[in-house]
Amino acid sequence: MLCDMCGKNEATVHLTEIINDQMTKLHLCEACAKKKSAQMEEHFGLDSLLAGLVDLGRPMESVKDKRLKCPSCGLTYNDFKKLGRLGCDRCYETFKEYLVPLFKRIHGSDFHTGKMPRRKGRAARPKKVNVEELKRRLKRAIELEEFEEAAQLRDKIKKYEPK
Amino acid sequence: MKLSDLVKQTGEWLKGEGGDADIVISSRVRVARNIKGYPFFHWAGKKDKEAVLSAVEGALKASRYMKGALFLNVSKLDDIDKQFLVERHLMSREHAVSDGAKALAVDEKEIISVMINEEDHIRAQAIQSGFNLMETWRVLDSLDTELDGKLEYSYSNRWGYLTACPTNIGTGLRASLMLHLPALVVTNQIGRVLRAITKLGVVARGLYGEGTEATGNFFQISNQVTMGHSEEDIIDNIEKLIRQVVGRERSARQYLLMHNKAALNDRIWRAYGTLKSARIITSDETIRLFSLIRLGVDIKSITDIDRKILNQLFILTQPAHLQKIEGKRLSATERDMKRADLIRSKLGS
Repeated sequence: MLCDMCGKNEATVHLTEIINDQMTKLHLCEACAKKKSAQMEEHFGLDSLLAGLVDLGRPMESVKDKRLKCPSCGLTYNDFKKLGRLGCDRCYETFKEYLVPLFKRIHGSDFHTGKMPRRKGRAARPKKVNVEELKRRLKRAIELEEFEEAAQLRDKIKKYEPK
Repeated sequence: MKLSDLVKQTGEWLKGEGGDADIVISSRVRVARNIKGYPFFHWAGKKDKEAVLSAVEGALKASRYMKGALFLNVSKLDDIDKQFLVERHLMSREHAVSDGAKALAVDEKEIISVMINEEDHIRAQAIQSGFNLMETWRVLDSLDTELDGKLEYSYSNRWGYLTACPTNIGTGLRASLMLHLPALVVTNQIGRVLRAITKLGVVARGLYGEGTEATGNFFQISNQVTMGHSEEDIIDNIEKLIRQVVGRERSARQYLLMHNKAALNDRIWRAYGTLKSARIITSDETIRLFSLIRLGVDIKSITDIDRKILNQLFILTQPAHLQKIEGKRLSATERDMKRADLIRSKLGS
């Protein structure tokens, strides 16, 4: 079978595309497949999709926002929107206002509750019971029909929920 | 250890051992970490990239978990070597394609591998065969804790480990399982099952991770959320979900055996026949046929092949592996011929 794009080389890559529920099959040679995947990356790049999400929460952007720049690495808000990635650890403080809603959208939380570096001292973190988190876990336990766990979670929520 | 030594061995994750190894091929966990005081990789200058590389490499070389490990300078590898490492799941495609001061370290058993200067300064993973996520996490956790003593990670009390991309922030943890679900596919249940579990915070992908299509009924399932849950909770959640999926797959297999045994066996044995006789075979067809043979072995319809041989073939028949075995570059057509030869000789026909 010859390549659908160049019609010269043997097709070795078989691509299935679904656009608006229409399925099309493309048979490509290695060279054309590379070109095609670069094209798709441009159109549907995950990076810009992600950065686009940041804007959803804040449609009214002022010019000042666009000039917001990380004092440590020089990355601007526009750079972040383009790249979908931050420049350094300081950027998280710099762009906090935009990132926190994004964290909530991606992770459903903006608070880390896992492992921490040793030098930070494990005891240093305040023992904060996250009731919302417990409620989420309860919902999930019920969905999974893990009733024993669900009962334990329910009791814990009762204990910690602010009256 | 040298790169050429890898060709002679099968990675730990393809041993076909561990819990539910008939359905769960492998368990993999990775963490993303960055070194404090340096810009993230894509935003860093040449000097910073090199400084990170040498600091992380130094820490790894002194690690007790990386004794006798293989250290590779990625920019010095040729295309085939890079693809070879991607096929073995030791390195991501992203690490293979972009330039700069990049390295890869692989421990002797091929359980731990660490990419230096991928999207994050450190992407460390542990991979093992079977349904074994929690233990795999323990392995990686130990290495991570040890490195933490030698390097200072970028970390915030509120947001956890800081990563180049906000999708990895918090734990920086991605836990994934590679599953073989032929009966759910054949009985048309797979769409429903995948849709249901993706509502619960996990992502399903093809064999080679991000952006790849599911081939031969192999699926990779991993967590999407990295912040707000502890590492153990994330793993526990995904294990519970997958236990349900494994249960479904088993009952679908039972159903097929009860209601459709002859037709199922026919497909399995035709696949076996093709693999034993083909003179030219693409990797795509190979994986699809392997899926059927694997099912045949699992339901004890085929008894003269060991799952280990299948796992070996699974990796050896991939394009870069074939070229490493032959010791030279091969065209796609040449590869298809060599692949058929290799399969016939391993299946003893």
